[in-house]
Amino acid sequence: MSAITHRYDFVYLFDVANGNPNGDPDAGNLPRLDPETGLGLVTDVCLKRKVRNFVSLVRGDEPGYRIYMAERAVLNLQHREAYAATGLTSEPKKLPKKEEEAGALTKWMCDQFFDIRTFGAVMSTEVNVGQVRGPIQLTFGRSLDPIVPLEVSITRSSVTNEKDALSNDRTMGRKHIVPYGLYRAHGFISARLANDARKGTGFSEEDLSLFWRALGEMFDHDRSAARGEMTARRLIVFEHESDLGNAPASKLFERVKVLRAPGSDGPPRSFSDYLVTLDEAPLPAGVKALDLI
Amino acid sequence: MTDSTRDFGLKLHVWGERACFTRPEMKVERVSYDVMTPSAARGVVEAIHWKPAIRWIIDRIHVLKPIRFESIRRNEVGSKIAESSVRSAMRSGRLDELVTLVDEDRQQRAATVLRDVAYVIEAHFERTSKWGPQDNDAKHIDMARRRARSGQCFQRPCLGAREFAADFELIEGEPPPAISESRDLGFMLLDIDFSAGSRPVFFRAEMIDGVIEPPRMEDARAKR
Repeated sequence: MSAITHRYDFVYLFDVANGNPNGDPDAGNLPRLDPETGLGLVTDVCLKRKVRNFVSLVRGDEPGYRIYMAERAVLNLQHREAYAATGLTSEPKKLPKKEEEAGALTKWMCDQFFDIRTFGAVMSTEVNVGQVRGPIQLTFGRSLDPIVPLEVSITRSSVTNEKDALSNDRTMGRKHIVPYGLYRAHGFISARLANDARKGTGFSEEDLSLFWRALGEMFDHDRSAARGEMTARRLIVFEHESDLGNAPASKLFERVKVLRAPGSDGPPRSFSDYLVTLDEAPLPAGVKALDLI
Repeated sequence: MTDSTRDFGLKLHVWGERACFTRPEMKVERVSYDVMTPSAARGVVEAIHWKPAIRWIIDRIHVLKPIRFESIRRNEVGSKIAESSVRSAMRSGRLDELVTLVDEDRQQRAATVLRDVAYVIEAHFERTSKWGPQDNDAKHIDMARRRARSGQCFQRPCLGAREFAADFELIEGEPPPAISESRDLGFMLLDIDFSAGSRPVFFRAEMIDGVIEPPRMEDARAKR
């Protein structure tokens, strides 16, 4: 597997219908909301979690595709594995003195775990294997229009304990939903953090196609009562010829416009209320636009 | 040594939707400084161009937008498992007590972050001990400017934390006007002194008409 050699900047559009894409713990699990603008938010870590879950679902325990920040993962045990595999003794809280030893440990971790190769990890636990910065950086997703979270009250017909069964009370519950919201997130892939001799994580072309696939399909495997219907709608990727890039990302992102579709008025309620356009003007030299979803 | 910031200086306009330049004394529930720290500014410039032969010095930070905050609470991974419990699990050969459910091992932390920020960073570089015959000042400054001009970067620069990506452009003429506000920002992190075992160095930050001029690390105004 060879590390990637192109820089990528991407625009990712996904939507939610009658669900809560990302609850805000500060607001009783209401959908996250930017109080100033009324626009909905989905945090970067929320999206990363879904990528990790998808990869562990499709690649399972395949060597090299394990997920470090997984459910039922014991971080230090995995660090210990790194030490065992490289035949080094662990010293609590300290990186090995010799740089090549530390390098061997982090390399081993990168080779084993997809999410460390991709997003990086801080591995300064008691069994220390250093820090890794991954090539992929995701930003917050933000809805195109203000969202209005609805609070839906629901009742439960069964009860929890015997005492409650004697009374006629029923438990009431609450769900928070967004009737509809189209969200836009930006992402960056710095090839140098994958292929650099010293800092690179070895994130490969194969990893990259798996990552694109995850963005496309991850909501299909993340169904739950709270989520409603979430769908990945568009993934527009700008591929630069060089690993440092050929054009400013902000200029490329401006080319992707999401506007209300002609004839649609009132609050948006489906993806067809929007029109996504990619500026037809010739791209800067050395940049390709790929439409992956 | 070059001190001529005019010849070997770089003016960089950076902006983004959010930023978090975490105050070291408020790290658990992160609270951002009011403005970008010189240390974060150095990180932004280094994300565009850096080699061991050079050291970027931040001369000025212009604040272009009013200082506003917002709070975000997120789930973060809580604890690290103790070595002792790993050992006892190895002895007993049972793994069921060694389960860290990420969803259960949670800490919800709030972060008070800046929103809608824009700065102009004025920086120049100096030679370090790793300066070799293959290095020359013009080459490095041209490289940095060329990359900034065409939007190239080693990695996407960020505003304090990686989820707050920064957009940047090279300023070749007059920088956009800073806010007309003067504030005493109190003690602020200048940078980390890596030569002295990662020791933080502070300075008294004053914003005068939207511009902060941090001292040099070896200056008397840099407090260790």
